[in-house]
Amino acid sequence: MNRPRHFNLLARVLHWSMALAILAMLFVGAGMVVSLQYRAPLLDLHRPLGIAILLLAIVRLVNRLTRPTPALPADLPAIQKFAAHASHWLLYALMLAMPLIGWAMLSAGGYPIPMFGGVHLPAIVPHSPEVYGMLRPLHGVLAYVLFATILAHLGAALYHAWVRRDEVFGQMANGDRQ
Amino acid sequence: MPNPTPRRGSPLLLLPIALIVAVLAALFAWVGGWFGHHDLTPQKMMDFAETSGKQASGFRRAHSKGVCFAGTFTPAPDAAKLSKARAFAQPSIDVIGRFSAASNNPYAPDGASPVRGMAVQLKTDDGQEWRIAMNSFPFFAASTPQAFQAMNEAGKPDPATGKPDPEKMKAVLAANPEIAAFQAWAKTAPKSDSLGNTRFNGVNAFRLTDAQGADRMVRWSMRPRLPFVALTPEQLKAADPDFLIADLDRRLAAGPLLWDLVVQIAAPGDPITDPSKAWPDTRQEATIGTLAVKHAEPQATGPCRDLNFDPLIVPNGIAGSDDPVLRARSAAYSVSFNRREREISEGKSAYPVNQNGSAR
Repeated sequence: MNRPRHFNLLARVLHWSMALAILAMLFVGAGMVVSLQYRAPLLDLHRPLGIAILLLAIVRLVNRLTRPTPALPADLPAIQKFAAHASHWLLYALMLAMPLIGWAMLSAGGYPIPMFGGVHLPAIVPHSPEVYGMLRPLHGVLAYVLFATILAHLGAALYHAWVRRDEVFGQMANGDRQ
Repeated sequence: MPNPTPRRGSPLLLLPIALIVAVLAALFAWVGGWFGHHDLTPQKMMDFAETSGKQASGFRRAHSKGVCFAGTFTPAPDAAKLSKARAFAQPSIDVIGRFSAASNNPYAPDGASPVRGMAVQLKTDDGQEWRIAMNSFPFFAASTPQAFQAMNEAGKPDPATGKPDPEKMKAVLAANPEIAAFQAWAKTAPKSDSLGNTRFNGVNAFRLTDAQGADRMVRWSMRPRLPFVALTPEQLKAADPDFLIADLDRRLAAGPLLWDLVVQIAAPGDPITDPSKAWPDTRQEATIGTLAVKHAEPQATGPCRDLNFDPLIVPNGIAGSDDPVLRARSAAYSVSFNRREREISEGKSAYPVNQNGSAR
């Protein structure tokens, strides 16, 4: 088995840029739904940023599945290995599902889905109050699940960097050339 | 090769990690309004609306009683000079819309309030969409959503006396004197005998952008071709609770009802962000199109029920102003829509299964 010491450049660039984009997206989303004054301008940002994250997540998933990845430390307890794998696949699932649910939810609500400059996305599910009434709360609940998973991921990354002081944090932070 | 036996850090370093995670979680909860927010939110506005009348599950939180309509919008030949929106260039656009009464009681008698609403959805052949939400009042009740909410709260009957506390309203009027003008209008405005001869006003300002990129701030209104006819007090007293809908059906059986969509163009210094201040009647006006309402349908089975007539859904060439009431309408309608669609989704809708002419 020939596994690299670090994630490849594409994986690292996508990881750090999407980390910023997804955190921005979560804060924008949480703030806009309770704002009288800023909901509309924040929503105009939320829609295209969500679609951008969806596209990047697809590229990232393909890269993840087709390129070799560095191994977890051999001495990592099995429970932590399991938590690492499970939380990463949950993150992938949510970064793909959240924009798709958002898109489907606007479709089911009979809303237009403007991006920018008059460009619109088509509806991906039929206009239906039953479907909208289910997807809209789901979008909100999963946003909080995603945020909690990101916090756990951040906490674990810092644990590897500061407490265990193993190679895990560097696998995503550094390239092969020292 | 990675170092097989790294030197571990102190477990005390878990404390700063926990602190970082906790601070981020707290920041997120604060942004999401879980604590520390004393501002008015759309949720608070809708919570209040639900308690202020006979809220029915699955219905809008305001303007609950309504009827769907279908028709066409035909832009005026010169309208395209004001805005590059496709709605002003496409020869004819099929529209759907909704007439409504103001309260959140879907069974409110049509004569109860002078406030009536008209909403229109225009989908053009370039895939863009324009939703218009108008009312029969000539200007909005208050300058800000906060003042509007304070007015509604002060107007709610005190459970002890069954009447609103006049001291509370006095305080609201002292802080927001513009509300007095609206109250005077609501008290004295004659009610027309038909939706077909009612004028509907957008009251909020929008920006039209033409093909050259020039901007104009406008307010629009739907002006009926039929002349205004006021109900006499005797007619009002004797009127059926659903007389407006019956009248609409009767008139539409004879032919379409027409409204001209007219924009008033702001002059420098006109209040753009204050919908409680009407612009002078002497402002330049332009007729930008004609709405022909052809067919009406109960909202329980019609296409308008499950649409959010969010006035900030506008095509390229039209943009909302910074009017805080306009922004708040968009936010509040969204919460109303989310709540009623969820109720319908959960099977809690109070819509009658069989239409019997009421609660439309």
